Amino acid sequence: MKVEVRVYPKEGVLDPQGRAIASALERLGHRSVSDVRAGKIFFLDLRGDDPAAVEAEARRMAEELLANTVIEGYDVLLETERER
Amino acid sequence: MSDKPLFAIIVFPGSNCDQDCYHVATELVGCRAEYVWHRDTDLKDADVVILPGGFAYGDYLRAGALARFSPVMESITRFAMDGGPVLGICNGFQVLLEAGLLPGAVRVNRGLRYVCKDVHMRVENSSTVFTRLYEPGDVVRMPVGHMEGNYTAPPETLTELEYQGGIVFRYCDAEGRVTDSANPNGATAGIAGISNRGGNVVGLMPHPDRCAEGVLGNEVGRRMFESAAMALAGR
Repeated sequence: MKVEVRVYPKEGVLDPQGRAIASALERLGHRSVSDVRAGKIFFLDLRGDDPAAVEAEARRMAEELLANTVIEGYDVLLETERER
Repeated sequence: MSDKPLFAIIVFPGSNCDQDCYHVATELVGCRAEYVWHRDTDLKDADVVILPGGFAYGDYLRAGALARFSPVMESITRFAMDGGPVLGICNGFQVLLEAGLLPGAVRVNRGLRYVCKDVHMRVENSSTVFTRLYEPGDVVRMPVGHMEGNYTAPPETLTELEYQGGIVFRYCDAEGRVTDSANPNGATAGIAGISNRGGNVVGLMPHPDRCAEGVLGNEVGRRMFESAAMALAGR
């Protein structure tokens, strides 16, 4: 089952990268930008057919390694959700 | 002499200040030292553990994120829990943060650039195992070289650090004033180094190992190693 884990700076945590991207976008004339946060996406292929179990395992992976939960939040998206 | 304190210098794939730390511990402080490979679990009866600077595991994912799963980290965690002195320098500090041996996290520097220069720090706590040979308020100059040194922690953790002496060093100007322009990476409250509650685990972004002998023009960093050696000798 294909799973996406999105990891990004928590709201309220200063994100120097996001801020620099925001000001670059502004310089390009995109005046609508009020905030940018930059994160990463992990594309995982996990064995298993039970969406709930796969999602639970992906969440554990995020907690244990993929995200540093002191400063980062994460979302887990299963393929079925993305196709909808 | 086998009664001299023994420093264990942990070597991860990508550590690059391990030999500097070995040199300081042996040649400059007169102690014994052993390298301990990250896959080993035996700390060789060391009295002090040093996690040196470098780029453990290439800093993949996040600095320190993969190193904390090395087998040696379990031994270091037990050693630290038993009150053993553990010092994390730069990347070693990042590993201690990821391992949860010290609270908080580092983000990429606010300038988004690698910062490599001398900085000043004010000694905020001189009662940790590694800072006993400094006086509170001492201003010390040490080099930094890092991309992710922008320390932060949840507000309640920062408050706890503040009131329990957990902040060991703060970036400051040459006169000891903690100012924003003296802060090389944007670290919250100018935090350059912290300790655990017991004062036996200390981590900092600047490099005491790179300013430990006169020939380099600065030997202020040696006192961190000497502090630990002295603490052990006095047992």
